[in-house]
Amino acid sequence: MKLMKTCLTALISSLMIFSPMAYADKWSDQFPHIKATGDIPGDCSYEKMSKKNYKGKTLKINTHAIPVMGEPTALHAEQFEKLTGAKVEVTHTPAGDLYSKAMVPFQAGQAPYDVVFGFSNFINDWKRYLAPVPKKYMNSPEMKDVTKSHMGVSSWDGTMYQYPVDGDRHYLKYRKDVIDNPEMQKKYKADTGNELRVPRTWKEYAQMAKYFNDWDWDGDGEKEYGSAEVMKKDDLMFAAFFSRSVAYAKNPRTPGGFFFDLETMKPNINNPGFVEALTDWVEATKYVPPGGTNFGLGDEIGSFGGGQTLFSFSWDDAFIAAMQDDSPIKNKVGAAPLPGADRVWNRVTNSWENQYNQAPYIVWGWAVGVAKKSKVKDMAFDYLCFFSNGANHQADLAIGRFGVNPFKNSDFDPNIYINSMGWDPEIANSYTQTLLDMEKSNNRVFPLRVPGVFEFTSAVATGTSKALAGQLSPQEALDEVAKEWEAIVSRVGKKAVQDAYAVGVKMEDNKL
Amino acid sequence: MNFKHKYFFLFPGLFVLIGILIFPIIFVVRLSLSGWNSYNPGLDYIGLENYIRLFTDDPRFWESFFRLSFLSVTTVILQYVIGFALAHMVWKDIKFKRFFRVLFLVPMMTTPVIMTVIWRTFFHESLGPVNDLLSVFGVAPKWLTDPVIAKFTVIIVEVWQWTPFMFLLLLAGLLSLPKEPFLAAAIDGASPVRKFIYVTFPLMAPISIGAIIIRLIEASKIMDTVYVLTSGGPGTSTETSSFYIFIKGLREFQMGYAASMSFTYLIIMIISLTIIAKVLTKVLLKE
Repeated sequence: MKLMKTCLTALISSLMIFSPMAYADKWSDQFPHIKATGDIPGDCSYEKMSKKNYKGKTLKINTHAIPVMGEPTALHAEQFEKLTGAKVEVTHTPAGDLYSKAMVPFQAGQAPYDVVFGFSNFINDWKRYLAPVPKKYMNSPEMKDVTKSHMGVSSWDGTMYQYPVDGDRHYLKYRKDVIDNPEMQKKYKADTGNELRVPRTWKEYAQMAKYFNDWDWDGDGEKEYGSAEVMKKDDLMFAAFFSRSVAYAKNPRTPGGFFFDLETMKPNINNPGFVEALTDWVEATKYVPPGGTNFGLGDEIGSFGGGQTLFSFSWDDAFIAAMQDDSPIKNKVGAAPLPGADRVWNRVTNSWENQYNQAPYIVWGWAVGVAKKSKVKDMAFDYLCFFSNGANHQADLAIGRFGVNPFKNSDFDPNIYINSMGWDPEIANSYTQTLLDMEKSNNRVFPLRVPGVFEFTSAVATGTSKALAGQLSPQEALDEVAKEWEAIVSRVGKKAVQDAYAVGVKMEDNKL
Repeated sequence: MNFKHKYFFLFPGLFVLIGILIFPIIFVVRLSLSGWNSYNPGLDYIGLENYIRLFTDDPRFWESFFRLSFLSVTTVILQYVIGFALAHMVWKDIKFKRFFRVLFLVPMMTTPVIMTVIWRTFFHESLGPVNDLLSVFGVAPKWLTDPVIAKFTVIIVEVWQWTPFMFLLLLAGLLSLPKEPFLAAAIDGASPVRKFIYVTFPLMAPISIGAIIIRLIEASKIMDTVYVLTSGGPGTSTETSSFYIFIKGLREFQMGYAASMSFTYLIIMIISLTIIAKVLTKVLLKE
């Protein structure tokens, strides 16, 4: 009897241990997308989803155009259909129209889409039309794996409205084969008297970018340039500007607001910290490729990913593009935190503090919610849970064009990138360490998430683009932005903006 | 006999007219008197607040309007001149006349957004073929990043896209002209230039006025070219009224304010196009 019990226990244990592998074989045969890992057990795994029956029900999704986020949405919709019997209709929409395509029916009290994709900074405007993520998903092991930053980005004052499917932040990408090259280091030192290293400050970044601008430094027969940046008006350029501003204007010793002074709601956007950043940015127009001041995100990805520039900074995509198998610079790039500054503005004392400062920018990224008026909310949340289950998530991370970036603690394991994507271990380590350090930083800046957020960011885009085009000086441009921000605050209502902004400030001040 | 029932036959047309013309205009006017935006949806009533803001505190709208005026007048003049030249060319008996007639229409038959993407690639300053070719002569214009040149880039694309429309209207006009005045001019021994100045051009005046007005109406709505090519940049140097209204309405979701801009713009366009039509009639028809 005792022997039988032991055998039975051993059998059950081995079944429990090896069952995931058994599922992996079974599911990866049907769904080659997850062939690297097979199914990974979890609340929304392939196995679990196959037990759901949504036959006769239709799920309507509005997502981004293919490929970024649009392709994984469609792919997982197809898989979800096969597993559950549901019918999933996917509509693809350009990025600029995602907000209004959902907002117009939302405001008219309709729900033409059950699931709406957008950006995480839509949350304040959208939250009243979205269903909070139910507890059962909140308590799932997958959700517990989401980083604190991205739980915060997806939530509003403790309630999660956007299901985490992506994690975004801005960081520096550089050509490792140049910066770490002893010959280049020697040449740079001889010519400039400075060390060639991963830039610690924006001033160093500018010096190196200028030096490596407009000549063929990699010997491919074509000229290379200093930096690729998103400078095209209205094409996410405001986010690039904030990335350059955090070093000068996010002072860890002056909590209470990066964009505004939370107490008075006076905009900080035209203080000397931001002006210094914009002055640097205007200078950067001299070391971008020809036409670089009209680069949108796609151009930036193509430029750095194609080996045209020494530096770049923004979302993961340019780095992933550079590390794809078909890239001419695979395993020749490095990731590092955004450059800092040798001085930082103190808005309380109205003076510069002459000490090194660096601040990560946890920029907004892809987000998705379920319409409050949807009649198939359970199915919608199951779809989102399935979208980001362990197997899908790991497979999606490996495909640069999908636009799915790390947002789970387990994503910071360099082995994922070494084993499944063929990255050089040193690069994989620097990449994951860079992302991890941003999570751990106590001086982070989160995206502005206040009512009418687009009015604020649009004003920044207009003002900064005028400075880049030489229509206004940096100070004049940002004074104009500050005036516009004050007018917006007054139109929206100071209290409404202040209350919303307080939530973001709590996150920045590490109080949430 | 009572013919009152005949009015019933007007109803279908009337319903369509109300549905697609009257109602949207009334709705826009009502919307313009509200503060509808992303955080305050609904038709509340805020009086003339949006109009006061537009006329007293929004120089960007007026800058974009004057920019639009420059762009649309320049493009339409160029389209008229080139369109007339091409139409005149294929109106004559030349070889491959039919081929040219179709060829000149091709740009108009393409999708504007897609063609603008292609033009943007052509004019791309580091990857595009235009600067590649021009580099042979040692020049590399900043097609999309110089505030002045970018305006002319927009004009080039607009002229390329819409000259065929002008060509089509003017060719139709030329083909419908009576033959007698030309025969009389030939008998009098008029040279081709004099024939054009004293016969063709005056006879084409009514059609020219119509074609110019139609194109001006269309050109004043220029949006997709700017959106794809420059997004209104560098700075605000290519931002037009319709693009600015688009930003305020659908990007920033200031529906009420965008409606007030749209309505103001409509009134300005009706007045200015009426004046332009009158002036053209006076000048070209010598009325």
